[in-house]
Amino acid sequence: MEPVSDAVPGDPAAALPPLPGHNSRGRLERLLRRGDFVVTAELSPPDSADPEDVYRRAAVFEGWVDALNATDGSGANCHMSSVAVCALLNRLGFALVMQVSCRDHNRIAIQGNVLGAAAMGVCNILCLTGDGVEAGDHPDAKPVFDLDSISLLDTLRAMRDESRFMSGRLINTPPQIFLGAAINPFAPPLDYRPHHLAKKIAAGAQFVQSQYCFDVPRLREYMAQVTDLGLHEECFVLIGVGPLASAGAGAWLRSNVAGVHIPDALLDRMRKCGDPQREGRNICVEIMEQVREIEGVAGVHVMAYRQEEMAAEIIQRSHVLKGRRPWKRQP
Amino acid sequence: MGENVFRSPYQMRRWSVRHAHLLETIYGLFHPVLRLLTPLWRTIGLTRVEKPLLVIENAIKARLFDCQTCGQCVLGQTGMSCPMNCPKSLRNGPCGGVRDNGACELDGEMPCVWVLAWQGSRRMRHGQNILDRLQPLDHRRIGHSSWLEADALAGQSKRDGRRV
Repeated sequence: MEPVSDAVPGDPAAALPPLPGHNSRGRLERLLRRGDFVVTAELSPPDSADPEDVYRRAAVFEGWVDALNATDGSGANCHMSSVAVCALLNRLGFALVMQVSCRDHNRIAIQGNVLGAAAMGVCNILCLTGDGVEAGDHPDAKPVFDLDSISLLDTLRAMRDESRFMSGRLINTPPQIFLGAAINPFAPPLDYRPHHLAKKIAAGAQFVQSQYCFDVPRLREYMAQVTDLGLHEECFVLIGVGPLASAGAGAWLRSNVAGVHIPDALLDRMRKCGDPQREGRNICVEIMEQVREIEGVAGVHVMAYRQEEMAAEIIQRSHVLKGRRPWKRQP
Repeated sequence: MGENVFRSPYQMRRWSVRHAHLLETIYGLFHPVLRLLTPLWRTIGLTRVEKPLLVIENAIKARLFDCQTCGQCVLGQTGMSCPMNCPKSLRNGPCGGVRDNGACELDGEMPCVWVLAWQGSRRMRHGQNILDRLQPLDHRRIGHSSWLEADALAGQSKRDGRRV
């Protein structure tokens, strides 16, 4: 079942024909708007100037995900830029979500980068505040944070819908982009979090991807508030999932990666089993199955850091795609 | 929230948030006075009046809120918790990194300013203002007094621009 049949034959990088009610000419927005449960995955850009390293990292996801997120200096560590990763993979026909963090660029640089990215075929942009520089390998760097995720959304929406920069100066051809943001339903203040999503939607977020979900009951509470506010009708909510490699890795993640919430019971289960890596994948599959049934959830975002080759197996076993096969290069 | 893990330097911030309603009332009385004084300040000269005003403003707000003199005070929209104390200077809500105990992701001994902001806003009459979106900071205003009227400040910036 090929999701998109109207691609231009011969050129995998060509934009899809415009559709009414759509902001972008990419696959991700089409799939979400027509109600498919989508799968996106996180791609870690290499510490390399070799395009082959990018292609290799993307290949393991091919045929299993609807879009790949190119991270922007995630964890405040230096890697190949997200705009370059997107440009390289777009040539092959991959759908990309370009992450933009406010940590390293001011408003002038960000707006220029977005125009360039759209010109090179980027259809989806995820607006992030970004991790603090203290978290990464250059803690002595200058933290920029000229904008935050919400003013970034506001800015890109105005660039797209009003054809103007923040300064008011006109843009000749506006970027056709589908705008995303991040959410963390698991971090305090918990009762404020649904309102924060509402703020992001008001600023322009059309889809959101969440932090890792290891606590389904807490997610259910959050989604109940989200649906009460009607936010799931204004924005597609994708829930972050991923396999833990071991109990130790889980404990490390919990204490070292900001905003990751893992219940003790889950780590205990990892500790007691014979094959923790397998158990980690089992837990991930179970969480995906449960998440798919929650009202208002439009997809999952797989973050299989250093276990990328396991992503296909996890997605297949979870049956979240219900037999649908995402885009794959023609042989 | 585990209150004891946080260092005492943040006690004053906590006090301000706990008394957000009182501070909101005081500011509600004070703000019209500031507005009435604007024509007088214009007559004296904004540059001249700003210096002593800034000394007073800082003396009060640095103590109560650890004010960073951003020149565009938004305490009324942030539950009386100064967002400029966030290491990412976030003015539109918390990041996703807040720890389970409510501490900042980058400084485990500091309560997240937005966790405090949300608590403070729940105590305020106009606490719903926390749901408004705020413009990004105008970096030209940093170091200026926010007690001068916004339009006066805009004029000030322009004048500064011409002088340079």
